Amino acid sequence: MTTTAPGPAGPVQKEGPETSAASPRRPLRRKRGAEDLSQRGGPIWALLAWALTLLFFAPVAWMVLTSLHKEVDAATNPPSIFAPLTFSQYGLLFDRGVGPYLINSAMASALSTILVLALALPAAYALSIKPVEKWTDVMFFFLSTKFLPPIAALLPIYLIVKDLGMLDNVYTLVLLYTSMNLPIAVWMMQSFLAEVPKEMLEAAEVDGAGLLRTLWSIVRPVTMPGIAATALICVIFSWNEFMFALNLTATRASTAPVFLVGFISSQGLFLAKLCAAATLVSLPVLIAGWAAQDKLVRGLSLGAIK
Amino acid sequence: MTTLAESAPATEARTPLHGGGSGRKWRRRAPLMPALIFAIVVTQVPFIATLIISSLDWNILRPGSRRFTGLSNYGTVFTDTRLRNAVLNTVVLTASVVLVSLLVGLALAVLLDRKFLGRGLARTLLIAPFLVMPVAAALLWKHAIYNPDYGLLNGTLNAVWRLFGADQGPTVDWVSDLPMTAVVVALVWQWTPFMMLIILAGLQAQPGDVLEAARVDGASGLQTFRLITLPHLRQYLELSVLLGSIYIVQTFDAIFTITQGGPGTATTTLPYEIYLTMFRKYEYGEAAAAGVVVVIGTIIVATFALRTISSLFREEGNR
Repeated sequence: MTTTAPGPAGPVQKEGPETSAASPRRPLRRKRGAEDLSQRGGPIWALLAWALTLLFFAPVAWMVLTSLHKEVDAATNPPSIFAPLTFSQYGLLFDRGVGPYLINSAMASALSTILVLALALPAAYALSIKPVEKWTDVMFFFLSTKFLPPIAALLPIYLIVKDLGMLDNVYTLVLLYTSMNLPIAVWMMQSFLAEVPKEMLEAAEVDGAGLLRTLWSIVRPVTMPGIAATALICVIFSWNEFMFALNLTATRASTAPVFLVGFISSQGLFLAKLCAAATLVSLPVLIAGWAAQDKLVRGLSLGAIK
Repeated sequence: MTTLAESAPATEARTPLHGGGSGRKWRRRAPLMPALIFAIVVTQVPFIATLIISSLDWNILRPGSRRFTGLSNYGTVFTDTRLRNAVLNTVVLTASVVLVSLLVGLALAVLLDRKFLGRGLARTLLIAPFLVMPVAAALLWKHAIYNPDYGLLNGTLNAVWRLFGADQGPTVDWVSDLPMTAVVVALVWQWTPFMMLIILAGLQAQPGDVLEAARVDGASGLQTFRLITLPHLRQYLELSVLLGSIYIVQTFDAIFTITQGGPGTATTTLPYEIYLTMFRKYEYGEAAAAGVVVVIGTIIVATFALRTISSLFREEGNR
């Protein structure tokens, strides 16, 4: 196995698997897929793929379905799949005051994402278009901060935040989420900015375009999708963050996940309400992630996979 | 092999233009500074504080007890059976979640790499578990799926049993009887899409002409997979394992929600144990020492991750 590895991997990768223009590989792959289908029992594989997909999606479907049931229909055994549907659980959530939690989550996610981009964009410029010396070291420093387990930082952060009187404050979460997402954003933006063609930058310089003009008319159009993808990843991670929100907020600044865990304790029958709450708080990220799914893998691999 | 070995210095490909006075150098560095300073302050200050606290005997339930004790907290960390148990649980949890979700993710990626009716929709649906808020997912599994009385699992078993004429299906209390498995399954569900996405990207980056050549040479599907696809995928598999491990080792939401570390200490992982030491026992010094140990453990794993990422980064970024 090791002997074959350098053979196919070595020279072919030089062509750059996904370098924008190098697409002769695409049609070939499509052809391979089509032939495989005819070669060995395509329908069986397709069925298997769909069966596994539905198995994985079942909990999500069950969550949404249960959220549309009445409490008595939600807690039955065997499950009543065809019970009448109602949106009343969602109405109840707003009566129970989910609103402020959603606003806190939205504020923490949006503000931290803006702050992250404001810090990461110029940094990425200094790491790709006009790279500083030892820019790779800087990149890896940023990445290494992402590897520090947040639980190890929780105690000092808690003590510092308490001393500063910033407990139960949305802006504390904004700062923490900014530091949590900054390395991801720097890596992603660096990889997107590195895609700006050098020739275009040189041409702009020859034409005597100033820095701002170059940024606006050359860098901006090429990197807009990258900025959007980075923002989405940052929003997803900060919207879902639980540990800091749980331990550093009490009543005023609590976010949606904290609402969720505090929500179930009191009631008798709560399954439908719980599913409605879970669906509601997951919906923004589901929509964002689905809309940007082609960019998701690049963000998750920190820009390593294009 | 070769690609990994030369990975470290390889990213230097895009060397900056040297020369120019120090003023020019600093003008280059200026855009970087805000982000760099922010990152240093927000991540290194807490870490230094953790180091300091880890050398103190400090429990806020015993006022006035804060004093320097040197390395004795580390002694406690390495001898305390609860912490050793937590380390073991963390290793078991992380290893099983990473391995199982990697294998399932690989299978799904291979299936999704071929064309079939509704492939795009299937991919979209498959990402959903990763996008559901982790706390929401944990609550969903605990109450809507594992609940012994009305959960989906027992409900389905019951329905199937009745279908075959039995009065009542088996009633399994999943979370109490199989606590670790329950947590692992919920996390595998959540992390498989992550693995699948990275591996699928690897499959789709496969050079078509090589596969074509293998087919022309009469290689069977299995041979092609074993001799060409797997070696090509190796780096993508490594990347998903390492990134996955780093995220999964930090799992807090699922433990806090599904089992609270129990029954007993059956599912108490290191992050949860540190949380308990901090906010239940208020042993600040001990919690900090455990945190330092976790950081060192993570750094060891992360070193390998960084190497893998840098080699992938270089290959994909070859232009």
